[in-house]
Amino acid sequence: MNDGGNLLQAKGLTKRFGGVVAVDNVDFAVRYGELRCLIGPNGAGKSTFFKMLSGQLKPTSGDVLLKGNSIVGLPTARIASLGVGIKTQVPSVFDGMTVRESVYLAAGRTLTSLLARKRTTETLEQMRISHLAKRLVGELAHGQRQIVELAMVVAPQPDLILLDEPAAGMTGDEVSHLANVIIDLARSGAVIVVEHDMKFIRRIAKVVTVFSQGKVLSEGPAADVLADQRVRDVYLGREAS
Amino acid sequence: MMRSALGYAIVTLSAIYALFYVPQHADLTTMINGSVYASYGVLALSLALIWGFAGILSFGQAAFFGIGGYAYAIAALNFDNTTLAAAVAIAAAAFSAALLGYFMFWGRISDVYLGVITLTVSLILSRFFNQTAGDQWTIGNAPLGGFNGIPSTPIITLPGDPSNPLPPEQIYVLAIATLVICYLLCRLLLATRFGAIVVAIRENETRAELLGYDSRYYKLGVFTVAGAMAGAAGVLFANCVFVSPNMFNLQTNGQLIIWIIIGGVGTLVGPVVGCFLTLMLSNYLGTVNHSGILAWLDPNLVMGVLLTMFVLIMRKGLLPLVISGFDRMASAIGRRPAKSMTANTAVDLSQ
Amino acid sequence: MDYFFIVVLQLAVTIANLALVSIGLAIVFGMMRVINFAHGEFLMLGGYAAIISNRAGINLWIAIFLIAPIVVGAVGILLERLVIRHLYGRMIDTMLATWGISLALIGLVTVVFGNTVSGISPPLGSLTVGRYAIGNYELLLVAVAAALFAAGWLVLRHTSLGLIARGTMQDREMSAALGIDPSRVYAATFAVGAAVSGLTGALIAPIVGVVPTIGAMYIAKAFITVISGGVAILAGTLGSSVLLGGVNTLISFVFTPVLGEVALLAAAVVLLRLLPQGITGRFFRKAL
Repeated sequence: MNDGGNLLQAKGLTKRFGGVVAVDNVDFAVRYGELRCLIGPNGAGKSTFFKMLSGQLKPTSGDVLLKGNSIVGLPTARIASLGVGIKTQVPSVFDGMTVRESVYLAAGRTLTSLLARKRTTETLEQMRISHLAKRLVGELAHGQRQIVELAMVVAPQPDLILLDEPAAGMTGDEVSHLANVIIDLARSGAVIVVEHDMKFIRRIAKVVTVFSQGKVLSEGPAADVLADQRVRDVYLGREAS
Repeated sequence: MMRSALGYAIVTLSAIYALFYVPQHADLTTMINGSVYASYGVLALSLALIWGFAGILSFGQAAFFGIGGYAYAIAALNFDNTTLAAAVAIAAAAFSAALLGYFMFWGRISDVYLGVITLTVSLILSRFFNQTAGDQWTIGNAPLGGFNGIPSTPIITLPGDPSNPLPPEQIYVLAIATLVICYLLCRLLLATRFGAIVVAIRENETRAELLGYDSRYYKLGVFTVAGAMAGAAGVLFANCVFVSPNMFNLQTNGQLIIWIIIGGVGTLVGPVVGCFLTLMLSNYLGTVNHSGILAWLDPNLVMGVLLTMFVLIMRKGLLPLVISGFDRMASAIGRRPAKSMTANTAVDLSQ
Repeated sequence: MDYFFIVVLQLAVTIANLALVSIGLAIVFGMMRVINFAHGEFLMLGGYAAIISNRAGINLWIAIFLIAPIVVGAVGILLERLVIRHLYGRMIDTMLATWGISLALIGLVTVVFGNTVSGISPPLGSLTVGRYAIGNYELLLVAVAAALFAAGWLVLRHTSLGLIARGTMQDREMSAALGIDPSRVYAATFAVGAAVSGLTGALIAPIVGVVPTIGAMYIAKAFITVISGGVAILAGTLGSSVLLGGVNTLISFVFTPVLGEVALLAAAVVLLRLLPQGITGRFFRKAL
C-alpha cells in the first residue's frame, strides 16, 4: 500500500456559513504512509476543514477524493465503510456499553465473530486498556474515554485515520503512549491529526499544514514550518504578510 | 430487561400459568378479558422494542394496530381463508411500517418531528375510516362501516379447518401464545448483532455511523418488525373485540405510551406488565360507583395524575425500579459487576 | 361570483381558526421549547370559564376577553410552578407530563361539571352573500386573530418586555448574566401562553360548545401546526396556518369536510418531510 499515491485529496474545498467563509478554496493531499498534522489558531478553519474530510459537513464547493473517488455528499456511514476512521473533537462513545463491547462493535463490521473477538483483544492490548475491558465507558475519566474512542477508530484497521484533538484531557503517560500509537498507525495507512498542543505536535509531526483564516498558510516538514516567522506571527496575533 | 435467572424464571412461570392453568380453571369472562389484554400487550411490546431499544418514540404505533385489524377483517371477508387473512394483515402492517419508516428515516426525521409525523399518520387513518359509512365504502364483501367499524369479522380458524371458528377459550390461548412468541422474537432479535447495533445507534447515532453502520437501514428494520407485531396485535384484537377507527385514535396511542412509561422504557416485560396493570386499573375505575368521594376516581383524572407523577418521579418506570431493588439486595449479598445495556446480547456473548 | 366570495371568507375563517387555536402553544414552544400537551385543555378551560361566567350574568365579551384569559393564565402559572419547571430541557418528558396533566384536567372538569355539552349561541347574526351565509361571529374571529398577531408583533418588536423575551429565547445564559431571571421569564411566558389559549378557547366556545373532551379535537391540529411552523412564534404559526388551512379549505370545498381534515394532516406530513425543522426552520429564520 505504500505506493506513494494520494490516499486523500481535497481540491478547491470551500465552506461558507451565510456570509462567513470558513474554508477558502483549499487544496490538500495526503499520501499513504503519511502522518500529517493540521494546526492553526482558533477560528482558522481547521475543524471545519476536518469535518468536510470526514463527511460530517458538506462543502459549499470543491471536492474530496478518497483513493481517487469523490466522497462529497456520501453519508458518513458510507465514508467510514470505505476505510476511514474518525475521532471527533468531543468524545463520541457508547456510554452504556462496556469497553470491550464498544471495540467489538467497531471491529465486528467487517469480520466474522471469531476474528472480531481476536481483533478486539489485540486492539485493547495495543491501546493498553485491556484492564478496562469490562468497565462501562460512561464511568471512565475523560482521557480514558478518548483512548476508548481511539480504540474504536483503530479496531477495523482503516486506511485513513482522522483524529480531532486526540490528546485533550489525557495524562502525561497517556499522551506519550498516544504519540507512539499514532506514529505506529501511520506506517500502515495515513493519519491526519488536528491538534492544539504544540508539545504533542513536535513529538509526532513529520509534515505540518498550518491553517489561517480559512486558507493554508504554510505546509512542509515540521521543523521548517514551526520555525517560520509567519506561522509564529499568526499564533501570536500579528498580521501575516 | 430480565438480566437474571430469577427474571427468566418469573416470566416462564407466568407464561405457563397463563397458557395452561388459566384455561382449565378460569371463567369465560376472564379469558375474554385475557385475550384483549394479550392483544394490547403485543402492541405494547412493539412500541417497547422501538422506543426502549432503538430510541424511536412513535406517537402513532397504533396505526399499524389498526391496519392489521382492518386488513384482517377485509381479507377474511373476501377470501374464505382466515389463516391467509391473518398473514395478509401482518404483511400489510409490516409493509406500511416499511413505507413510513423509509419516508421518515431517509429524511433523517427524529425526536419530536418523528412523534408528530407518526401521530399524524395514525390520525389520518382514524379520520379517514371514521367517514367510511355508506355503501360506496365497501371493499369486495367488506363494508368499512364508518365509525361503527366492520360488523361481523370472521373469527380465525385453525389452518386446515376452515369451517370451525375458534371458540373464545382457544382465542385466549392463541393470544397468549402470540404474546409469548413475540416476546421471544424480540429477545432473539436483540441477541443478534443487528440488535446490538440498533442499541448502539440509540446510544450514540453519530458514533455508530462513524463505525460504518448506516443507521437508516437499522432503524427501518426494527421499525418494520415492530409494525408487523402491532399488526399481529390488530389481528388478535379483531378476533376478540371488533375492528373500528378507534384502533387508530389519539386515545389508543396515548394509552400505549402510558403503559410503557409506567412499566419501564428500556425493558420488554415492563411495558407488558404496565399494560396489564393499567387496563385492570381502568376496568376497576370503570366499575366503581362514582358517587360521593369515589366520584373523584374518574379514570382520566387517575391516569393523568399517575402519568404525570411517573414522569416527574419514577421516570424509568416500575420494572427498572424493581430490578434495581433486586440488584441492591444481590450486591448486599455478593459482589456484582456493573451490567451494561447489551448484557445477554451478541456483543456481550463475545466475551 | 358569490360562491368565490364565500370561499374566500371561509378560507380566512379556517386560517384564522387554526392560527388562534395554535398560537398559545406556539408561544410556549417558540420561547421555551416546551410542547404543552395540555394546551387543548387550556382551550377547554377557557371555554368553560367564559360560558359559566356568562351564565352567571357577566357580559359575554367581558367573559371572553377578560375572565377566560385570567382564569386560564392562573392555571398556567400553577402548573408551571408545580410540574413544568422541573422538566426544562427535557422535551419528550415535558410532552409526556403535560399529556398526564391534560388527562387529569379532563377528569377534573368531568367530576366537577359533568359530561354534558354546554353552549351559548354565537352572537352577532350572519352575513348573507347571495345564496350563501356566513356567521358574523366567525368573521369577528378573523379580525381578532389579526389583532392578536399584530399586538404580539408590536410587543415583541417594540417593547422592552418583548426585548427581554427575545433575549431569553435566544440565549438563556446570556440573559441571566445580564441580570434577567430566566425562570421568571419562563413562568411569565407560560402564563401568557396559557392566557392566550384561554382567550382563544373562550372565543371558539360559542361556535362549538364545551364538553370536557373538546380539547382533544384541537391538540392534534395545534401540535401539527406549531411543529410545521417551526421556531418563529408569529411567522411560523401564520405560515403553517395559511398553508394547512388553505389545503383544508380547498379540499373541503371540492370533496367533503372530513377529507379536508385528512388533506390537512397529509399536507403536514409532506411539509415536515421536506422541511424537517418546520417552515421557519428554513425560511424566515430571523422572523419573530
